[in-house]
Amino acid sequence: MSEDDIERLAELLRSLPPAPAAWVRAAKELPQTRKELDEIVVRAEQDAEFRRALFADLESSLAAAGYVSDPTMLRALRERLSQLQ
Amino acid sequence: MKQPDGTSDAELVRRCRDGEAAAWEELVDRFSRYIHAIIVQAYRLRDHDAEDVFQDVFMKAYENLGRLRNDEALRPWLAQLTRHACIDRLRAGSRTETAEEVDPSGIDETLARLDEALAVREGLERLSGDCREILDRFFTRDESYRTIGTALGIPSGTIASRISRCLDRLRDEIAEETPALPRLDNR
Repeated sequence: MSEDDIERLAELLRSLPPAPAAWVRAAKELPQTRKELDEIVVRAEQDAEFRRALFADLESSLAAAGYVSDPTMLRALRERLSQLQ
Repeated sequence: MKQPDGTSDAELVRRCRDGEAAAWEELVDRFSRYIHAIIVQAYRLRDHDAEDVFQDVFMKAYENLGRLRNDEALRPWLAQLTRHACIDRLRAGSRTETAEEVDPSGIDETLARLDEALAVREGLERLSGDCREILDRFFTRDESYRTIGTALGIPSGTIASRISRCLDRLRDEIAEETPALPRLDNR
């Protein structure tokens, strides 16, 4: 193998370092996150008081209901809830 | 493309659609480096923007796997989702200074290089455990000979020759499975 080949392979290998472990872990947990999103939306559809609380202060009302939210979940939930308005 | 564990992308998509949790985790493992690299190398997003886009891409992928028309086209579909998410983030204005720094022609070159890199990565995953570990530690984790030697229980003085042998095997593996990528012998 020539020096150029080695450099090229090395460059390509270096091009894909691992993504941060915490990001990968969160991505793997997305099915569970999605399940919680569905639960929240269903409850918001059925419970007017919960729905009002979500629209008033999303993060606080989720925490009060026992959900641990993250920015991805909040963005997805805002999008889903906007369809209820 | 067939992967080291024998599961094609199409098979992985089918298992994800069936709700198999392990399949989703495998999909994340298979493409997390690629998606991360597009975000930070092609579009130069950083910190929270990069993390938000990374999670949004996987969320959209999870929610829309059922709409994927050609299951074999998982990689280009994920690349497209990532490109769109990056562009949306840049246009949102929170990182206008970064948007101005991104050179559109440079993006295409970077994306082409990352496609090649993914083919090499898949070749690496098909190698024996020792070679895979040594090359990954040295090239993608930037570990020293001493660190690698200590971690793998081999003399650090033999690491350089092992890397050379493993690169030969990687080149052969790539040539056998994906002769078009990359054309090392023709360079």
